[in-house]
Amino acid sequence: MPHRSIADKRRWRLVAYSAAVLVLLPLLVLVLSWGSLDMAIWTHLLHTQMARLLSNTLILTLGVTTGVVLLGVSLAWLTSMCEFPGRRWLDWALMLPFAIPAYVLAFVMIGLLDFAGPLQTLLRGWLGSDFRMWSIRSTGGVILVLVLVFYPYVYMLARGAFLAQGRGLMDAARVLGHTPWQAFWRVALPMARPAIGAGAALAVMETLADFGAVSVFNYDTFTTAIYKTWYGFLSLQTATQLASLLLLFVLVALYAERRAQGSKRFPGADRPRQGALYRLSGIRAWLAFGFCLLVLGIAFIIPVLQLLYWLISSGKTDFDSRYWSIIRNTLLLGCVAALATVTVALLLVLARRLQPLRRVRSAVALANLGYALPGSVLAVGIMFAFSFADNQLLIPLRTWLGAENPAPWLLGSLFALLLAYLIRFMAVASGPLDTSLARIRPALPEAAHSLGHTGFSVLWRIYLPLLLPGILSAALLVFVDVLKEMPATLLMRPFGWDTLAVRIYGLTAEGDWPRAALPALSLVLAGLLPVIVLIRRSAQRPG
Amino acid sequence: MSVFSKAAVIGLALSTVGGLAQAKELVVYSSRQDHLIKPVFDLYQEKTGTEIKFITDSEAPLMARLKAEGANTPADLLITVDAGNLWQAEQQDLLREVKSDVIEANIPQQYRSADDKWTGLSLRARTIAYSTERVDPATLSTYEALADSEWQGRLCLRTAKKVYNQSLTATMIETLGAEPTAKVLQGWVDNLATPVFPDDTALLQSIAAGQCDVGIVNTYYFGRLEVANPEIPVALFWPNQKDRGVHVNISGAGVTRYAKHPEEAIAFLEWLTTEEAQRVFADVNQEFPANESIEPSQEVASWGDFKADTVNIEVAGRRQAEAIMMMDRVGWH
Repeated sequence: MPHRSIADKRRWRLVAYSAAVLVLLPLLVLVLSWGSLDMAIWTHLLHTQMARLLSNTLILTLGVTTGVVLLGVSLAWLTSMCEFPGRRWLDWALMLPFAIPAYVLAFVMIGLLDFAGPLQTLLRGWLGSDFRMWSIRSTGGVILVLVLVFYPYVYMLARGAFLAQGRGLMDAARVLGHTPWQAFWRVALPMARPAIGAGAALAVMETLADFGAVSVFNYDTFTTAIYKTWYGFLSLQTATQLASLLLLFVLVALYAERRAQGSKRFPGADRPRQGALYRLSGIRAWLAFGFCLLVLGIAFIIPVLQLLYWLISSGKTDFDSRYWSIIRNTLLLGCVAALATVTVALLLVLARRLQPLRRVRSAVALANLGYALPGSVLAVGIMFAFSFADNQLLIPLRTWLGAENPAPWLLGSLFALLLAYLIRFMAVASGPLDTSLARIRPALPEAAHSLGHTGFSVLWRIYLPLLLPGILSAALLVFVDVLKEMPATLLMRPFGWDTLAVRIYGLTAEGDWPRAALPALSLVLAGLLPVIVLIRRSAQRPG
Repeated sequence: MSVFSKAAVIGLALSTVGGLAQAKELVVYSSRQDHLIKPVFDLYQEKTGTEIKFITDSEAPLMARLKAEGANTPADLLITVDAGNLWQAEQQDLLREVKSDVIEANIPQQYRSADDKWTGLSLRARTIAYSTERVDPATLSTYEALADSEWQGRLCLRTAKKVYNQSLTATMIETLGAEPTAKVLQGWVDNLATPVFPDDTALLQSIAAGQCDVGIVNTYYFGRLEVANPEIPVALFWPNQKDRGVHVNISGAGVTRYAKHPEEAIAFLEWLTTEEAQRVFADVNQEFPANESIEPSQEVASWGDFKADTVNIEVAGRRQAEAIMMMDRVGWH
């Protein structure tokens, strides 16, 4: 049946290329920005800023990567491989910090721990007014906050990988004389490495693109420099030039990660392990419990209590009729964006699986780049692309059809906003889909083929059912990420489509943090349910 | 013709019909936040029936959007904070000239564009705040004096990324000259008690908590804290009363170059300078009305009278890049 498979192949290639083009169109704006250089700004940046910005960015990235890997892997190991008191609920509760936006945790932590905050004020009351402690507004502080909000990426993926590893391999390692530690280092960890790498890559891209949290700390990174060049020097061109350098860096990092990872893929065990491998007892059980609870407490419980306190003490004057429409908008955008993004991401990972050509692989990799761009820069790229289409095509067309002063149709439309989400969060959706797909042994679809099933039928009957857990994880991740997204929503939303994140921006931009507690808390609550579903489901069936 | 293209044509035709049926409406792009403009919009809508649609964002993205939309923009009015931003909007040719006797009569000339492209609507002084527990106001005099060694380890500043500080620096460069200003900034940075804050509220709370003794803030941030806690051990000081006066900035607005409802937009802008609107516009944020015939709120008035810097506020825009570079060089991040 060679003719059919050739048509199939062409179709998959087309899917991959068109998705890549979709993402690359707005990115093209970045490349086009290199037409000319504003020498005054560049000289200034290179002479007075660049060294500090680069070293800051490097330290932050290294710190966050180390932190999320240590925290994510150790927690995942404890909750998936061991048994100790509280493990059952900590297992899903440790995902909860994912529902807290980085900028919210940043302002809560500073509000709580800075000099004027309640903790230090209390300590000064006890120990005298000369008491000084470690300042949260420091490099360590910003790393801590980002680690606490981004570790769930690694936790979730590593946990899935550990759960999917059959018990047999670990037993074999033990029979061969390895201690539990040796078995962890030599068997479990190397096998989970692709998943850990994928989680860490997401955390790194989030870190590089983060603007909200680092600005609350006034910690200058490459991304804050992009914003400063745009907002301060009002040179959008230089800002996009800087952004394209950032993108280049991400590209190299992603490539290196992929090279290091090689083609190692480990299909899951035939029957996932049931029950814990190690039963901890006595002091070790309580240490495990204490460690998990400590992380959960700092990353989730205390921040939520602080938000609640602010909410109660500042009154609920902001809760008006508009508030419900804001919540509705937020949820609706999250759902539709999740659906659209996962659909496209699914097509892409399938294209790469079914057409493992170099070109297709590159196209798919390019389509995932949007995640590393600061949201505003991406939004500007899309904005330019759309206003070009509006001004050059749609408006002339509608004028010709008799419309009087037609307004832009694409820019400021829901479609534009959804496309921005799609481009930005493609990488988030690809992660779980990829891992899910890697576990489908090639023998299965081959068997289906030999039984006479065609491409679509194999897709429908083999791939889709097996990918379902991955699809669900991807959709929930994108949903939560869209809820938290701020810069693209601000710039591209249609009139009246304010979301919770927009509300938070409006209040925090004026330094009114306590008043932002209501939208922040609503945002956390809205993100909570998907997160719980996500992790409980993957506990039943490793995704 | 395929089903899809038929649907597209019908859709285009329908949207055209919809466009004709619309009543009086205005579209506003605003970098002044939602909760500070909505009350004024509501009041106007109630009065005139004009429906006001708006989006809020930072200045730079809003200006980029206006520019990209060009002649097809739906926006009629741009509302921003900080004179530097308004000047930039004018430079990028995003605003149109509005000759209005009403505005000219209501708003002093120094708070308007020389070419009538925009007008200030409310004023905020960027002044010195001090701890009433640890500072004798008699030891305070000017912004420049905060660079003296007397204030070593006692000064708090907000980040240089905030346009308010850039505008303050720009006006200082204009009056004092570049060299002396750089010296003052260097002195400030050397005197810092702690790394700069992301906002004025955190700065004021740190003065209250004892981390530093003096700082430079916008008046309304202090007003907000004072309302929440009347006992706060911080007070405002008006510096430079013997020379140029206190640095004053504005929030303001201009009608866009390609406004689709220019008459309505001008009528709305004129109304914004009248007593009815000025009271709400300024009072929701404890600012001073730009229309000087209107008394500020009781709270604001309680801070006392002061002499304001009369330098034309456009300087904030003209010297913004120069100011940022200077701040970078002295290490004010």
